[in-house]
Amino acid sequence: MTSQTHDMLDDASDLLLTPGDLDLAALDAGLGHAMGRGIDYADLYFQRTWHEGWVLEDGEVKEASYNIDGGVGVRALAGEKTGFAYSNQITADALAETGRTAAGIVRSGERQRVAPGVAIAPAARYAGIDPLSGLSAEDKIAMLKLADRVARAADPSVAQVSASLTGVHEVVLVRASDGTLAADIRPLVRFNVSVIAVKNGRRERGSAGGGGRFAMARLRDDNVAERYAREAVRQALVNLEAVDAPAGQMPVVLGPGWPGILLHEAVGHGLEGDFNRKGSSAFAGRIGERVASKGVTVVDDATLADRRGSMSVDDEGTPGQCTPLIEDGILTGYMQDKLNARLMGMAPTGNARRESFAHLPMPRMTNTYMRAGSDDPADILKSVRRGIYAVSFGGGQVDITSGKFVFSASEAYLIEDGKITAPVKGATLIGNGPEAMGRVSMIGHDMELDTGIGVCGKEGQGVPVGVGQPTLKLDELTVGGTQS
Amino acid sequence: MTQAFDAAAQQDLLESRTRVALDLARQLGAEACEVGASVDQGVGVSVREGEVETVELSRDQGIAVTVYVGQRKGSASSSDAGEASVRAAVEKALAIARHTGEDPASGLAEAALMATDLPDLEVHHPWPLSIDEATELALRCEAAGRGVTGIKSSDGASLSSGEGVRVYANSHGFLGSQRGSRHSLSCMLIAEDENGMQRDYDYTSARDPRDLLAAEAVGESAARRTLSRLGAQRPATGRMPVLFDPTLASGLVGHLMSAIAGGALFREASFLCDRLGDPLFPEWFSLGERPMEVGAMASSPFDNDGVQTRDNVFIQDGRLASYMLSAYSARRLGLATTGNAGGARNLRITAPLERREALLERMGRGVLVTELMGQGVNGVTGDYSRGAAGFWVEDGKIQHPVEEFTIAGNLETMFQGLVGVGSDTDTRGSIHTGSWLIDEMMVAGG
Repeated sequence: MTSQTHDMLDDASDLLLTPGDLDLAALDAGLGHAMGRGIDYADLYFQRTWHEGWVLEDGEVKEASYNIDGGVGVRALAGEKTGFAYSNQITADALAETGRTAAGIVRSGERQRVAPGVAIAPAARYAGIDPLSGLSAEDKIAMLKLADRVARAADPSVAQVSASLTGVHEVVLVRASDGTLAADIRPLVRFNVSVIAVKNGRRERGSAGGGGRFAMARLRDDNVAERYAREAVRQALVNLEAVDAPAGQMPVVLGPGWPGILLHEAVGHGLEGDFNRKGSSAFAGRIGERVASKGVTVVDDATLADRRGSMSVDDEGTPGQCTPLIEDGILTGYMQDKLNARLMGMAPTGNARRESFAHLPMPRMTNTYMRAGSDDPADILKSVRRGIYAVSFGGGQVDITSGKFVFSASEAYLIEDGKITAPVKGATLIGNGPEAMGRVSMIGHDMELDTGIGVCGKEGQGVPVGVGQPTLKLDELTVGGTQS
Repeated sequence: MTQAFDAAAQQDLLESRTRVALDLARQLGAEACEVGASVDQGVGVSVREGEVETVELSRDQGIAVTVYVGQRKGSASSSDAGEASVRAAVEKALAIARHTGEDPASGLAEAALMATDLPDLEVHHPWPLSIDEATELALRCEAAGRGVTGIKSSDGASLSSGEGVRVYANSHGFLGSQRGSRHSLSCMLIAEDENGMQRDYDYTSARDPRDLLAAEAVGESAARRTLSRLGAQRPATGRMPVLFDPTLASGLVGHLMSAIAGGALFREASFLCDRLGDPLFPEWFSLGERPMEVGAMASSPFDNDGVQTRDNVFIQDGRLASYMLSAYSARRLGLATTGNAGGARNLRITAPLERREALLERMGRGVLVTELMGQGVNGVTGDYSRGAAGFWVEDGKIQHPVEEFTIAGNLETMFQGLVGVGSDTDTRGSIHTGSWLIDEMMVAGG
């Protein structure tokens, strides 16, 4: 690993520092500006991203865009205080100016030394490659056109098809006053198909997509264009037949994979270190307590190979890890960045993430999922007399203080006498995180991760995440439909 | 602000960069080109429990280039507006335009539509505020909130102040520049009773710092809102009237605007396709925009295509009077642009306004919704189902807080079922509206 680490650092240094006449040795001086009086920790976060997006509509790729972004974010910490400034110039002058600005958060106290940089040698969780190269523009366009053809051929009711192919090549380098020196090259790609189907005057949407931290060429090799096109059409056709959702409290069965967004919202956010340090989370101070039914084990795992939420190192240079959050129903840990870990007397867990150099890092989820249980998914459905089976969701939200969460199903069905019957539309599920986790009564053996589509928003910052879970039964949840 | 920001110099710089980009694009083979550039600078201070928590200085800039070669298009952008980056963006955009397909609708807006009336709409009011002064305001705001009996703790108060310049230019020779500012102060507090914790917030926001509410008033209001949520129950399940708080009513206006936006219409991704002229609201309701309003949140004399903005009426006497179109979406639909590239600006409602008490009385028994959660709005079908919190209303009076329930319906039915608009207009955003009383929705609670 050591040689690869050095390569990674050298590559990152070439891409980030060299253009502005800087090198790794120059960062100590740069960091010195941020380590002003009374500052007990400072870090420099260098980032550059190359983003490419191709969009197909009406059978043609009419639009494509390319974006280059980059700069340095400088953070200075003093106790619970944070000073932050950033610049899109990576030069010695910019480091001096942003460093002094960030350090202005306190103006008295001792001046501490910057520890010599020691390169962190994390295990690589994905290949440090530029995912945009390796496929020609023609190849990319051909993939999008294939998706269009497949979707239109799949059913005559398909009226509109849009497909997109996006990729980001991200290079980061972190140098902190505690001696941290780490670099990472993070590929991220995604392919999406969305269709509108029209039948008998009714109009419905279906969509599917996925990706991860790998080369765009793998999307082609995995034939995702065809698969996601078929899946999007299937979902739209299901929704064309959907009846209004019922309203009220009833058992809810969640399908495997993407419905793990429930865990992300209902549990995950409430276990982020910052909310617990401030006591604003419904889970604050509850480590060691039962917060979910027996059998419920939830982890946040940055180490999964090539996954959308994975990180070899986090945005503070801490190696990504697998952190148990709930074990057999007992709350065992929080997700931490350095600031919150230090203030809570805990260890960082590699969960510091930021949208970009122009944003402050916070404790964030990576890939969060529930481990498999032992129930047969068929038995889980059979156990429900009247309820909802939700297999896909549009999105969700949580109020971490009250624990209330909401999420909206984009594909769901009625369960009647143990059988899946009519598809339903417009079903919103609402509940309270800790309460809902206590109502998990059956856990399937079919754990699945999502296909790689999640974006998590917190305090205005979006980061890619993964979710997953097996088929789950919750004995009671409020379904917000229109039919009583 | 502690960082110097010379808006005039920044404007000169951005204008010269956009001209460089346009010239370069022309030289390298683009038949038409458009360039947007912006720079924003600001300070954000947040305090919690009487201590400074973060001080953040921001400076963001970017330049985006779109080139047209025949009916082909390519776009590229960079967060750096230096000459090398501008050149790289132009070259990349041209490279992309070699691969994209022909689009008959592609191209700049017609030259004759370019804005010529470019008055200063007075949306730039810099606030020469030091970090210490910003901190002081945030601390006063939070202290006022924490001082209210019953407040357990604070989730913080934040002050942010920023200004910027944006420039749009295209190869018709149009160049528009606008300087703007925005300042806001917010406070979030936590209260607790035997049923658990509740939190809520309030904020003030304005282009001119003199229009901000007093820091203490924001903190006290956040405290009142937080305390009013304690003891929340779940409402009964059933069909009943729903009163949307002004901040949420403006969200309903937003859903309407999304559904009549050209992009949704030509993609057939709207429940309002082919509905021009249809009655969507009661006859007493009209909705229009005032893009040239002096000092307002979204004022601009030109849209994102460089087209002169105008006072569009979208809903006239309840009927859908106009879609919201850019040059591109208009061409796709065979219509003319409405000067709405980038959206609507300063939406205003014309309706007989009623006091909130009167609306509550008309409602009789139902829920007043003050918070919505989740993304349960389907723009394709109009289906609406969202998590909510608010207050139970019985005999026309607020009885107790309610939470953990959903409200569901369909936007089209909800618009038809609008029975009253409140005089409690929220003027903080670009959509100004009071509360909306909807005659019936499905409430799913306990």
